[in-house]
Amino acid sequence: MEKKKAGFGWLVKMAWRDSRRNASRLLLFMSSIVLGISALVAINSFGDNLSDEIDGEAKALLGADLEISSRTPISDAVRQRFDSLGFEMAEELNFASMVYFPKNGGTRLINVRAVEGNFPFYGEIITEPANRATDFTDGQKALVDQTLLLQFDASPGDSVKVGEVTFLIEGSVLEVPGQSAISTTVAPPVFIPLGWMEETGLNQLGSRISYKIYAKYPEEFDNAIYEDYLSPWLETTELGFDDVAERKEQIGDAYSDLTGFLNLTAFVALILGCIGVAGSVHIYLKEKTTAVAVLRCLGASGQQAMAIFFIQVLAMAIIGSVLGAALGAAIQYFLPALFGDFLVVDVAIGLSWNSIFEGILTGVVAAVLFALLSLIRLRKISPLRAIRSSIESSAKDKAPLLPAAGILVFIILFSRLQLDEWSSALSFSLGILVAFALLAGLAKLAIYAAKRFFPSRSPFVWRQGLANLYRPNNQTLILVVTIGLGTALITTLFISQELLVDKVKLTSAPESRPNMVLFDIQSNQVDEVKELTHQSGLPVINEVPIVTMRLAGIKGRNMDELRADTTAGVRDWVLGREYRVSYRDSLSESETLLRGQWQEKVGGPNDSIFVSLEKRLSADMKVDLGDELIFNVQGARLTTYVGSIREVDWQRMQTNFLVMFPEGVLENAPKFHVLLTRFESPEQSASFQQKLVREFPNISVIDLQLVLETIDTVLSKVSFAIRFMAFFSIFTGLLVLTGSVLISKYQRMQESVLLRTLGARRNQILFINALEYFLLGSLAALSGIAIALIAGSLLAWLSFGTSLTPNVFVLLGVYLGITVLTVLIGLSNSRSILSKPPLEVLRKAV
Amino acid sequence: MTNEPILRIRELTKNYKSGSRDLTVLNQVSLDVARGSTCAIVGPSGSGKTTLLGLAAGLDVPSSGSVTLNGIVLDQLSEDEKAQVRSAHVGFIFQSFNLLPTLTALENVMIPLELKGEKKARRKAKELLEKVELADRAGHYPAQLSGGEQQRVSVARAFANEPSILFADEPTGNLDGETGATIEELIFRLNTDAGTTLILVTHDLDLAKRAGRVIRMKNGKLFSDSLVDSVS
Repeated sequence: MEKKKAGFGWLVKMAWRDSRRNASRLLLFMSSIVLGISALVAINSFGDNLSDEIDGEAKALLGADLEISSRTPISDAVRQRFDSLGFEMAEELNFASMVYFPKNGGTRLINVRAVEGNFPFYGEIITEPANRATDFTDGQKALVDQTLLLQFDASPGDSVKVGEVTFLIEGSVLEVPGQSAISTTVAPPVFIPLGWMEETGLNQLGSRISYKIYAKYPEEFDNAIYEDYLSPWLETTELGFDDVAERKEQIGDAYSDLTGFLNLTAFVALILGCIGVAGSVHIYLKEKTTAVAVLRCLGASGQQAMAIFFIQVLAMAIIGSVLGAALGAAIQYFLPALFGDFLVVDVAIGLSWNSIFEGILTGVVAAVLFALLSLIRLRKISPLRAIRSSIESSAKDKAPLLPAAGILVFIILFSRLQLDEWSSALSFSLGILVAFALLAGLAKLAIYAAKRFFPSRSPFVWRQGLANLYRPNNQTLILVVTIGLGTALITTLFISQELLVDKVKLTSAPESRPNMVLFDIQSNQVDEVKELTHQSGLPVINEVPIVTMRLAGIKGRNMDELRADTTAGVRDWVLGREYRVSYRDSLSESETLLRGQWQEKVGGPNDSIFVSLEKRLSADMKVDLGDELIFNVQGARLTTYVGSIREVDWQRMQTNFLVMFPEGVLENAPKFHVLLTRFESPEQSASFQQKLVREFPNISVIDLQLVLETIDTVLSKVSFAIRFMAFFSIFTGLLVLTGSVLISKYQRMQESVLLRTLGARRNQILFINALEYFLLGSLAALSGIAIALIAGSLLAWLSFGTSLTPNVFVLLGVYLGITVLTVLIGLSNSRSILSKPPLEVLRKAV
Repeated sequence: MTNEPILRIRELTKNYKSGSRDLTVLNQVSLDVARGSTCAIVGPSGSGKTTLLGLAAGLDVPSSGSVTLNGIVLDQLSEDEKAQVRSAHVGFIFQSFNLLPTLTALENVMIPLELKGEKKARRKAKELLEKVELADRAGHYPAQLSGGEQQRVSVARAFANEPSILFADEPTGNLDGETGATIEELIFRLNTDAGTTLILVTHDLDLAKRAGRVIRMKNGKLFSDSLVDSVS
């Protein structure tokens, strides 16, 4: 047989020729993937820049070469050892406390950082006026967080009272190495000189102070000394320690989780876009069936015919991906403003060629894989169709299974790349498939229902509009899947946000429930604080003693043994934590005894002590009734046994504990107290806090109103960032909608023109189209909302331990918004049919 | 040039499955077509004319029997090999013109030439458009041409690869009488000039009479095979 003559050049030429009249349609297909790619590239580039920045500023993130931290004062042995190695040291005591602004009487719980030495050794605390970070340690001066000063209308030169000492505000703190804006929103820092700590009177028994030593290595320090000598030694102590590499890794991990999550959101947008591409290409290629048959009659092979349209799709995928990458590269310049509050470094944005290349590759591969589902069928189009349009391919073509498998592998691999875990990647992929399957199932059900229950006696325009849902080449499936998934995403975001806010509100809403917590009350202050509370007209709802302790042994094995034994199944979090424990003779309202017996009181020193454990704790400790637990109560070892297992309603705004002791054991242990009360107005709260801080400066107050406001601030920042990402999905959905509607315009054009020719009025055609898009929009929106409700219920149940009570108005808003948009876009594309003569429309459509 | 027929069809049968029963649309048809001759296939709708044309051109696969085109036995060839045979030896004219709507008139004519790897495709296509008197419409898209003009482009395309055999399926079926007559003239003139074998399927007896031989079909079988003079 003679060798084929028409080569690749001819295929490209044909692809180009054919695309000229279809350029706008092809571009529209590919515009669906532009947003997905732009989101991917923006997030990836930003992640790369962030990672570079973390690498570059690694030392400044820690502020030192090595950080040692402890809940108890650090022994001199550490200082001596560091001294012997030539380390320069700086120390810090870090704790929560109230501050009081004498200027206007404002009080607030803040994060006190009492520092000494040249911390930070790397990076700097940025202040206004500049360079005050080194001056303030000279005297009775403080540096106060800028937002805190703004909140209380104070400025440098005013004073602030921390504990018993009033400090001159030397400057406002704008930036602290290693601290993000969000963390300072939650706990704004106030720096005071460590030398004044004693005078503040805040270092009392039970105070939850974090002790830190920062060390700077000498010049030409051999890191092997840290690796081989210092680190193993520190492991033997109970001290926490981080060097630059570890801190870098922690921060890198945290942000790679963030960028991974954002990337998956972008990926969902891309997949949505690709579904749009698949749908559009499918319809586009259906129109090309005769052209392919003619080409085959004229001597082109099946592969050549497929190659012509493959080249078109590939070119559009490349153009779409390049445009998306360019847009993404531009968008990333706005991301620092969006995510800046969560970051510990200032990210300098630059082009990340790696991300751009990856984004383009992902876009091209994804778009081509989805398009191949339809493209691959072109090979089998019989040339006979050129003379007989009714001919269908008799053999079932199984080739589309290949790109389908490719798509599945692609989704799993991409998810694995982003999530770093096979199980998460498979869950994510499964989640997407389930969502797609649900939406596709609902769409098919709607198609079936429209056919089965067709109202054949209804008016003509109603029948036409409804019939469009199931007639050949209908767009029900594609639109319900794409718009439905976009709707599901945005609704899930709304629901999650509501769940978070509701969870916080739930704790404070009902009357008579406490809305203010006083903690760090010393035993000798309890009576006076109660009296002051009553004098201020506030009730004492609850007052409980708290003793801090650590676990020393479970069932005869110490912590080291348990940590080393990976088969024991004991979860890490139960081993190292500091337990805040209380004691009483009965269960509280928020507790339910599940098993065992509650021991009210221990009779004498030789009696066994039976403690009560919270259900999840007992499961994670792998202990049951009668098992031995040894606690280290600030130096004293206390042997106890599991006496009962409780369920605790953590939603209740009251003091709840993982471990409860009976009375008669801890009464003489070093402890502090917590008191719960309720204020009725912000003025009452402010006045009470002022009195409290003046008289008992060591006592800290959590004002739930403030907590709510803070959470609201954080949430609105988080939700804005998330909504920004959801925007890509929604907008992609709308683009796909526009594309699909435009494609359908070509599909329905003949029919609409025929109706016009037969005398259908403008309003009749308008109504038919509006009804079709209304039904499609409604179906897609309702399907999406249904999926979001399922996802939201699972989220509420699994993550929040509550049930979902969605806001009907939000759901109604989403439904109306999506439906109206669908109808508007649908109608805007029908304009040309309505406003021009039928023949003109037909001529232009070719 | 040999005396061997350009088209040899032997016991050609085509069955289709229609629901649960087999439908025989072409039944044991055998015929030879001499090189350079003109042959019309006529018959009522459903008589198997178009099926015979499709099988003869290698567009479809017979249920049994064989087709030899220009000495090449089509039965054993793959779809791509049959496509190459069409590219090298066959031209087509369709009832509904079947121009590619996204290509200009000139580009439509160029396709068969380009598929053969012809270097002067553009020049040759222009010459052909001149022959069908459409040189001034070369840059126009099919939608901008009338039905008659589209069919003239289709005729030019059919002769572009200098085929040994030309299959025409109801070439005037979609045209009015006057335009149809013009196309008829054109096809026969170009066919005579090029010495091509012409096989045309038609309902139009007047058109069929212009062919040297008329084959009548009925119920999937050859009903008669006669010279033009005996057509009634």
